[in-house]
Amino acid sequence: MAVRDVAIVGFAQRQMEEFDGSPTCVELLVPLFGECYEQTGWTRRDIGFWCSGSSDYLAGRSFSFVQAVDAIGVIPPVNESHVEMDAAWALYEAWLKIQTGEVDTALVYGFGKSSAGVLRRTLALQLDPYTMTPLWPDTVSLAGLQARVGIDAGLWDERAMAEVANRSLTDAEKNENAIRKGGSSVEELLSRPMYADPLRKHDCAPVTDGAAAIVIAAGDRAREVCERPAWITGLSTYVDPISMGTRDLTRSPSAARSAAALDLDGVDVAELHAPFSHQELILRRELGLGDDVAINPSGGALAGNPMFTGGLIRFGEAARRIWDGDAGRAVGHATSGPALQQNLVCTMEGRS
Amino acid sequence: MTRTLSAPVTVAFDYTRSTGPVLGRFLTGLRDGRLVGGRTSDGRVVVPPPEFDPVTHAAIDDFVEVAPTGTVTSWSWVPEPVKGQPFDRPFAFALVTMDGADAPLLHALDVSSPDQVSTGMRVQVRWAEERVGAITDIACFEPLPSGASDAAATPGAAAEPAAGDEDVRSEPAQPVTGLVTPVELDYLYAASPEESAFYRGLAEGRIVGQRCPSCGKVYVPPRSACPTDGTPTSEEVELSDTGTVTTFCIVNVPFLGQRITPPYVSAYVLLDGADIAFLHLILDIPAEEVRMGMRVKAVWKPEDQWGTTIENISHFAPTGEPDAAYESYQQHL
Repeated sequence: MAVRDVAIVGFAQRQMEEFDGSPTCVELLVPLFGECYEQTGWTRRDIGFWCSGSSDYLAGRSFSFVQAVDAIGVIPPVNESHVEMDAAWALYEAWLKIQTGEVDTALVYGFGKSSAGVLRRTLALQLDPYTMTPLWPDTVSLAGLQARVGIDAGLWDERAMAEVANRSLTDAEKNENAIRKGGSSVEELLSRPMYADPLRKHDCAPVTDGAAAIVIAAGDRAREVCERPAWITGLSTYVDPISMGTRDLTRSPSAARSAAALDLDGVDVAELHAPFSHQELILRRELGLGDDVAINPSGGALAGNPMFTGGLIRFGEAARRIWDGDAGRAVGHATSGPALQQNLVCTMEGRS
Repeated sequence: MTRTLSAPVTVAFDYTRSTGPVLGRFLTGLRDGRLVGGRTSDGRVVVPPPEFDPVTHAAIDDFVEVAPTGTVTSWSWVPEPVKGQPFDRPFAFALVTMDGADAPLLHALDVSSPDQVSTGMRVQVRWAEERVGAITDIACFEPLPSGASDAAATPGAAAEPAAGDEDVRSEPAQPVTGLVTPVELDYLYAASPEESAFYRGLAEGRIVGQRCPSCGKVYVPPRSACPTDGTPTSEEVELSDTGTVTTFCIVNVPFLGQRITPPYVSAYVLLDGADIAFLHLILDIPAEEVRMGMRVKAVWKPEDQWGTTIENISHFAPTGEPDAAYESYQQHL
């Protein structure tokens, strides 16, 4: 089967520390869809397929994704699906849907109100229910275990982690959506107190509420609505075992394998979904990104990481660099699960 | 006044899980005060034993007992423990490779400051007082007292094995086959601005819906967007507390938390002026006399009991008017 050319042609997002509305997030999604319609000139009837990423564990209510379709308006009915993962994987499903030839366009969205509960505790429910969840290992602790393994092995140090945080928070100053921004200096960051030793607070993505939407379209449908579409040249996802004990925590074989399936030569910009500073260092190694690649010019997840959207936003930020002509080739990455367990990598390019 | 109403909500469920043969062997070991690992195809001993070999995918069936002592291979300080963790005061999570094992086990380490923990330190299992066959049978790890004889490292020596001295390779006499994992999540649940207006109206004895500016449909309770066309609703509409039963069911089955003795009627009531029916109780009439088209009116609780809740309306009761014509509600079924 010939692969259809599919491009990212629309992107809208909202990020905030604390959203004071319903966790169904309909209120956030309606204006996001509005922005996507404006960017493409389309109405909801031009969208062939809808796919969302969210979780009821975050919402604290059942079937919140069903409620969210109110934001679409579903009479007559729409072709719709959902993943209980970051919406980057919803984009993967939508891309496959377009590959089937059944539809030519799709709108992918994610939403989550992380602040409704205690996020780092809620996420313990994604762990092994027999040997891990009963201990409620929180996300920050698991990331701390991973960071220390690398520090002890001499693969990175606190300074390298602070350099990631400082660059991210400095770049975030130019990102109006970032909820944490303002770099200072590596020395200043290192002088701040430890939080979850070996992690300082700036090593950890802030708890973030939000939503995001991306429009993808095939061939001429993409060219009609976007001057310089971000053509998806490859998508690849793999998963590592969930146990923290049976894999080398300093590596992410699933990220490496995802990258190995793609052509990352000549990439100008990489938006990496690294909710903890040391994870960016792991990802750069696994994706084989050189020093000439601009990493997370948006500020990345350390500047704002809405659950179920943090990965999709990376794809949108990467695509934006291509639309603007800042990048010829870009890569977007999303992660899910504890300590970089699941990874999805997407390469895209602009064509003149 | 805050923009939206919110209230604490706790979602809880006790998950009952069967263990399968491999995790069952591990949990049986914990109950009996033993640490049981599995040998994988590359010759490594892994605790807890994986159910299937990560390389060959064969079922793990070579079980090995390891010592209750081990070495910290990584740790992370937990300055602000969350509910359900092994301690409600600061502690460390640690990866500990037990003596005799080749891969680390995740558990809590009981130390009172990060200064007391380091990679490479020697630790031992502190068993829970009561062991039931769960990962929490290990209360935590604790530092191995300096100068402690590694005699304590003899398999099975740190606890008093309940099942005697049998070989972990053979099937245990009374294996653990299941466990119950309680899960409880606390939320601060917020209503949307439209829902908040609805609940605030109820506190004043009013029923407030919203009209879609595109299609004119009136929704109660109001929604943030019209589900027909996705347009945000904005215009508030006050509705009457009389309406028509569009459809109903007679509840005969008792369930946990039921407040009324069955049989009773749950019905969709289409309030006059609304375009969507909502669910409430029909009382003050024998269940078998409730019918589609029956006209009903809200029976409010005494005003001093009102809050921002739908429970201000105790139930709906017949008005005694003639039944509504089918044509008047057939679009709302």
